[in-house]
Amino acid sequence: MKQAANVLRREIYGYFASPVAYIFLIIFLMLAGYLTFVEGEFYEGRQASLLPFFYFHPILYLLFGPALSMRLWSEERKSGTIQLLLSLPITIFDAVLGKFLAAWIFVGVGLLLTFPMVLTVVYLGSPDYWAIFCGYLGSFLMAGVYLAIGSFTSALTKNQVVSFVIAILLSLVLFLAGFPNFTRQLESMLPLSAVNFIASFGFFTHFLSIMRGVIDLGDVFYYFSVMGLMLFANVLVLEARKAA
Amino acid sequence: MIEVKGLTKHFGPIKAVREVSFSVRKGEVLGFLGPNGAGKSTTMKMLTCFIAPTAGTASVKGFSILEQPIRVREQIGYLPESAPLYEDMTVEAFLRFVARVRGFQGKETDSRVARVYEICQLKPVRHQPIHTLSKGFRQRVCFAQALLHDPEILILDEPTDGLDPNQKHAVRELINSMGRDKCIILSTHILEEVDAVCTRAIIISEGQVKFDGSPEELRGRSETHGSVLLTLAGGNGDGLRSSLKGLASVKRIELLPSAQGKARLRCFPEPGKDITVELATWLRDKQLAPEEYVVERGRLDEVFRSITRSNGA
Repeated sequence: MKQAANVLRREIYGYFASPVAYIFLIIFLMLAGYLTFVEGEFYEGRQASLLPFFYFHPILYLLFGPALSMRLWSEERKSGTIQLLLSLPITIFDAVLGKFLAAWIFVGVGLLLTFPMVLTVVYLGSPDYWAIFCGYLGSFLMAGVYLAIGSFTSALTKNQVVSFVIAILLSLVLFLAGFPNFTRQLESMLPLSAVNFIASFGFFTHFLSIMRGVIDLGDVFYYFSVMGLMLFANVLVLEARKAA
Repeated sequence: MIEVKGLTKHFGPIKAVREVSFSVRKGEVLGFLGPNGAGKSTTMKMLTCFIAPTAGTASVKGFSILEQPIRVREQIGYLPESAPLYEDMTVEAFLRFVARVRGFQGKETDSRVARVYEICQLKPVRHQPIHTLSKGFRQRVCFAQALLHDPEILILDEPTDGLDPNQKHAVRELINSMGRDKCIILSTHILEEVDAVCTRAIIISEGQVKFDGSPEELRGRSETHGSVLLTLAGGNGDGLRSSLKGLASVKRIELLPSAQGKARLRCFPEPGKDITVELATWLRDKQLAPEEYVVERGRLDEVFRSITRSNGA
């Protein structure tokens, strides 16, 4: 675990050592603002609520999750630093965990920087603070799922672009899996049990309830289990490379 | 300190390393020689537990590379081929990261990092991002990383690759100075390096160990080992040749092209015999003063070629 913390520190350093991190944060905040105020019709809703803000997070992460995580392993493999990293006394599990947590914390920083949204609703009316807290929590958990997917796909290839595209595809399936239109399409191709299985992985439904201020342990468990599954797959891919 | 037993690695149909076995003791500097693609790097990567062997095993200070990879890595300082580094970090941040991973904290980190700055002469670039460094500095940063925990075992994959002659010399000095109380494996395809730093050499080719012995023994395999090159003024080549043929320790004579009025000959000894004393006596008896009298120690590149050339079998 201590080694995971060391890897985490290095990754965070890696994010902020280049201008990429700042560009990321700025675009993230601008896009979040745009989606909330324009597409979400924040003012037109005439409610002191951050629902229009959180509502677009699944789509926001669809872009930012893969973009943030695509370099985690691809870059190490491409530049050969993975040889250095994995000949230090660090287990693959620690390295995977550390890198993932670094990306997750980075998103956390981005979320914290959206605090003007909170100030806005506080200024405009008297919002439900619990709902805001739950919205942030749900959003953060959901970001973790996107990043775990991206971390996994990043371990599959040396090419960051390939990693990015596969991550978007996988995330998109999980995102759409919660929508009836998508599952109906699947029903024509797959047996019902398979469709239900995929639908149960959809994270939008889980997000909706948390966003409305209902923290169901089942939902939280869902997020952590998908993250755990993806990171486990991530470890397996790297272990397999070692033996290949 | 290092025991390698039947180490084998296949990449799909390619047999990169085939049943390589050897052991290295403290105080030895083992030169790993071989053509490109012979399996040097692959063997080293298995020793640092970066890749897993297909068959066979190895132990480092008693720790198995299969069962205790983390303990093995703790014992080793490793310089990977072509010095991969985190480009976006400064030298200082990078070395501190490695020091933390190696388990050092606070003051200890400071002194460890300061020590490798000293050894590798990195002070002037400590605050530079690594991507701005020249090849020589990069190589030294990677070397510094391997020395931070003052490991007893060093595994260096082409430590002087891409360095200029002065830097090469500096790295060799460094290896020489550490060699006595460490166990060092270094790969190279520069043969003079074996002379300069190694106490032992292993040649691997096509994934197999083809030679294991001291640089002297390696040279002993050379055709020209122990032969003497003579240049005599005003001599008649053929006449000298027949006269020299009579000596007991001389196996054969080779006439070499020479300037007008001079004779150049190479005298090969009978296997296992020393030619120099008899030849000197002969020269004195004939009252000849050679312009050149060179005892060949043998040429490593010649041996290297004959050992590694695929014999088609």
